[in-house]
Amino acid sequence: MLTFVGLGLYDEEDITLKGVRAIKDADMVFAEFYTSKMMGTTIERMESRYQTKITTLSRGEIEADPAWLYHAIDRDVVLLSGGDPMVSTTHIDLRLRASDLGIATVVVHGTSIASAAAGLAGLQNYRFGKSATIPFPYTVRSKTIVSETPYNTVLLNRDNDLHTMLFLDIDPEKGFMAISEAAQLLMQVDERGLLDRALGIGIARAGSPDVVVKCDYIRNLAGSDFGAPMHLLIVPAGLHQMEAEALVRFAGAPDEIIER
Amino acid sequence: MGVKKKMVERVRGLMSQPENIRNIGIVAHIDHGKTTLTDNLLAGAGMISKELAGTQLFMDSDEEEQERGITIDAANVSMVHEFEGEEYLINLIDTPGHVDFGGDVTRAMRAVDGAVVVVDAVEGAMPQTETVLRQALRENVTPVLFVNKVDRLINELQVDPETMQIKLGKVIDNVNKLIKGMSEEKYKEWRIDASNGTVAFGSALYNWAISVTYMQKSKIDFKEVYNYCKDNNMKELAERCPLHEVLNDMIIKHLPDPLVAQKRRVPVIWHGDADSEIGAQMASCDPDGDTALMVTKITRDPHAGEIATGRLFSGTIVRGQELHISGTSGTDRIQQVGVFMGPERVEVEKIPAGNIVAVTGLKNAIVGSTATTLRDMYPFEMITHASEPVVTVAVEAKHMRDLPKLVEVLRQVSKEDPTLQVKIDEETGEHLLAGMGELHLEVVAHRIERDKGVEITTSEPIVAYRETIMGRAGPVEGKSPNRHNRFYIEVSPLEPEIVDMIKSGEISMKMDKIERRDKVMEVGMGKDEAKSFSAISESNILLDMTKGVQYLRETMELIIEGFEEATTAGPMSREPCQGLKLRLVDVKLHEDAVHRGPAQVIPAVRQAIQAAILMADVTLLEPFQKVFIQVPQDHMGGAISEIQGRRGAILNMTQEGDVTDIEAKTPVAELFGFAGDLRSATEGRALWSTEFAGFESLPKNLLPEIVSQIRTRKGLKPGIPKPSDFVSE
Repeated sequence: MLTFVGLGLYDEEDITLKGVRAIKDADMVFAEFYTSKMMGTTIERMESRYQTKITTLSRGEIEADPAWLYHAIDRDVVLLSGGDPMVSTTHIDLRLRASDLGIATVVVHGTSIASAAAGLAGLQNYRFGKSATIPFPYTVRSKTIVSETPYNTVLLNRDNDLHTMLFLDIDPEKGFMAISEAAQLLMQVDERGLLDRALGIGIARAGSPDVVVKCDYIRNLAGSDFGAPMHLLIVPAGLHQMEAEALVRFAGAPDEIIER
Repeated sequence: MGVKKKMVERVRGLMSQPENIRNIGIVAHIDHGKTTLTDNLLAGAGMISKELAGTQLFMDSDEEEQERGITIDAANVSMVHEFEGEEYLINLIDTPGHVDFGGDVTRAMRAVDGAVVVVDAVEGAMPQTETVLRQALRENVTPVLFVNKVDRLINELQVDPETMQIKLGKVIDNVNKLIKGMSEEKYKEWRIDASNGTVAFGSALYNWAISVTYMQKSKIDFKEVYNYCKDNNMKELAERCPLHEVLNDMIIKHLPDPLVAQKRRVPVIWHGDADSEIGAQMASCDPDGDTALMVTKITRDPHAGEIATGRLFSGTIVRGQELHISGTSGTDRIQQVGVFMGPERVEVEKIPAGNIVAVTGLKNAIVGSTATTLRDMYPFEMITHASEPVVTVAVEAKHMRDLPKLVEVLRQVSKEDPTLQVKIDEETGEHLLAGMGELHLEVVAHRIERDKGVEITTSEPIVAYRETIMGRAGPVEGKSPNRHNRFYIEVSPLEPEIVDMIKSGEISMKMDKIERRDKVMEVGMGKDEAKSFSAISESNILLDMTKGVQYLRETMELIIEGFEEATTAGPMSREPCQGLKLRLVDVKLHEDAVHRGPAQVIPAVRQAIQAAILMADVTLLEPFQKVFIQVPQDHMGGAISEIQGRRGAILNMTQEGDVTDIEAKTPVAELFGFAGDLRSATEGRALWSTEFAGFESLPKNLLPEIVSQIRTRKGLKPGIPKPSDFVSE
């Protein structure tokens, strides 16, 4: 059997009791951290807290060649991921592959940044449209490509008066994308100036004791410093009275947004 | 004031009188006497001593050239000649004759308006005469003929005056036949004719020449010339009809000045709007117009740095001028402006349109660049080369500490000589140098050691193969590592006409889409495909046949990268692919950009293409060279068996007296060491030359062996890979 266990937001304490039970019952425990990283802990601290050996898998071992999956045919295997295992990952592919091998699968959920961020910002979770990741630009054939998908997603959602949650890229070489860089990339592709007066809500280190939530115009966020990772950015659409008040009160948003 | 200095003053004065300028090149088959001719022209102009001319090989400024006695680089020089009471400026480019250096000839022809074709009276028109003539005519350069080594007819072959005239007539006929064969239409204008003065005869070595025009002027007749030779009194003959007088008179009288020439040549070498301001300025050689310079050569001087030589078609080049270089952003500032006097460059303040100039400061220019004061000038046509680099050596620095220097030197040599390709093998980290033949690479290697001071070792020469297909396959599915992105690709052989168009530069991704679509439709490609070009790599194309796939636009560069990776190193042996038509027929992409980045898309596309190629009856093409051998009949058998022992085919054989001309075709792989073997097989009596003859299928029975050789050399697993090595079922 293969059990996907979500570790939640920040450290080894964010896992559910069901998750801990699944680990205790498992013959082998694997983990992947390329889709998300538990910033508040280390693999050693997790091992000592959960009293088990954890093998970290590379992206290649998850995507291209998941040989470890074969262990799950006749043993109980757990795969640990940050957040909620099936949110903003491609792990449904693993579940399909497991099913091809006749392996039963179970998902044990964790707290997802997707719901946490909405809550931290004081926005109504009903009002979110499609989400997107802002990837690091890459250079191929001496051209630098900045993806326009996140920007287009923001516009599409805004047309429907929906907020947009933007996850920020994690890259083994380039590191964790900061809110400032994400804001800069959005503005870079915004040739028509449609985001000139748009707000953004930066959220850093959700789930940690020093979580920061800050709402400001995107152009100001481009020059901001939110400190250590991980970061996330929300571009809100029109604000409900209560949403606006929460942003001013809890996220330092400019007072004028209440009037807007 | 020294002679040379005086010359500079006169050159400077004449530069602004285009009617009195001739820009010419001297072209010939190897060893027919170009460089000796050039030396004597210079001696005649007072630039080197008469005694030294003919032995000094002044234009061979490269030590290597003097050692080998052949000219490798196209060098250039300006000189002054008086004709009918007026002074003229002749800008002269000497070009190499060995076909391994043919790239230089093509480039030199871009700079000049007229060409003196030199042909050996005994040997007649040879294969490279044809090649260089073709290169000249393609650039719309007007030819005149100099029949050299006439003394050999008399002294070595002992022909009588009548036979001599017949022989010379035949040489002329043959050259005319070549011109006619190249362009029936142009033949009317370009036909050479002794009676109208477009032909001169003589001996460059003994410094004399005659033409019909000069015979009338100097009252010398054919019989007298014959007798001077017969009596071996060529010194007196040289005084009566000095080579430089006769040749320069012919050049000035029969070759066009820049005003006449540019009107005719600009439409051939520049495809911008003829009615635009710059178009009109170039056609009229306007010194007050915008600057338009075509760079035809780059050399390196230890003091001045990189020197760009080229033809100025419009405007005036001045020190401090800021020029845009085609294909780069920003501008380069002209630091020095100069003219070449043999190996020396003499500085001047400015040079007006119609001249050949040498400038420093154009650090972004490469051979073929357009340098201009205009921001958006349509660039000159790329200079096309008849040959492809098909022989490669791996180059290593003898001393590890030289490695950084070697990298820089290789960059430098490839900039100077665009027929060379420098690559780094990503698997082995080796620096690979690809050139047109064994000799070409030997010379480059020698130059790296001597001029650039880096001691190197080179591997045995390696032949470049091409991977191609004979069948079709697909659609093949390529999956990204996360399996959320899928690419469906079909492969089939690309129409040979289109392969040729890519190789000749007739179509490219840079050109206007509509123009490209029309060109490929003319040779039979359907409209759906013709309008769907996404990329060209080597001589393969990628067509995007999909419709309305979301997010495809921002993914396209990655798809093209995968296509380029697959086609520059094919699946069978990692040799470049040729003649593939790849059709992208469907694409499925992940919703989120982060899950369809480079690490996902590039391998998916690459592997789909690699598998498709392997499913489509893959094979190797090998490069061939034409081999021309001239050999006395006694030794013909030896020469023929050398060809036949090398998987060669005899294409044609002709007898001329006791000499046999053999035309053959042989795989390049079999030609290493040919020079030595042919020498022993014919007791050194054979003359030979080669010419690139394209790629052809490798015989099926040799395929496994050659593939395994290549794979072993590259450190790949032995055996031909299977499609399942690249895509899962």
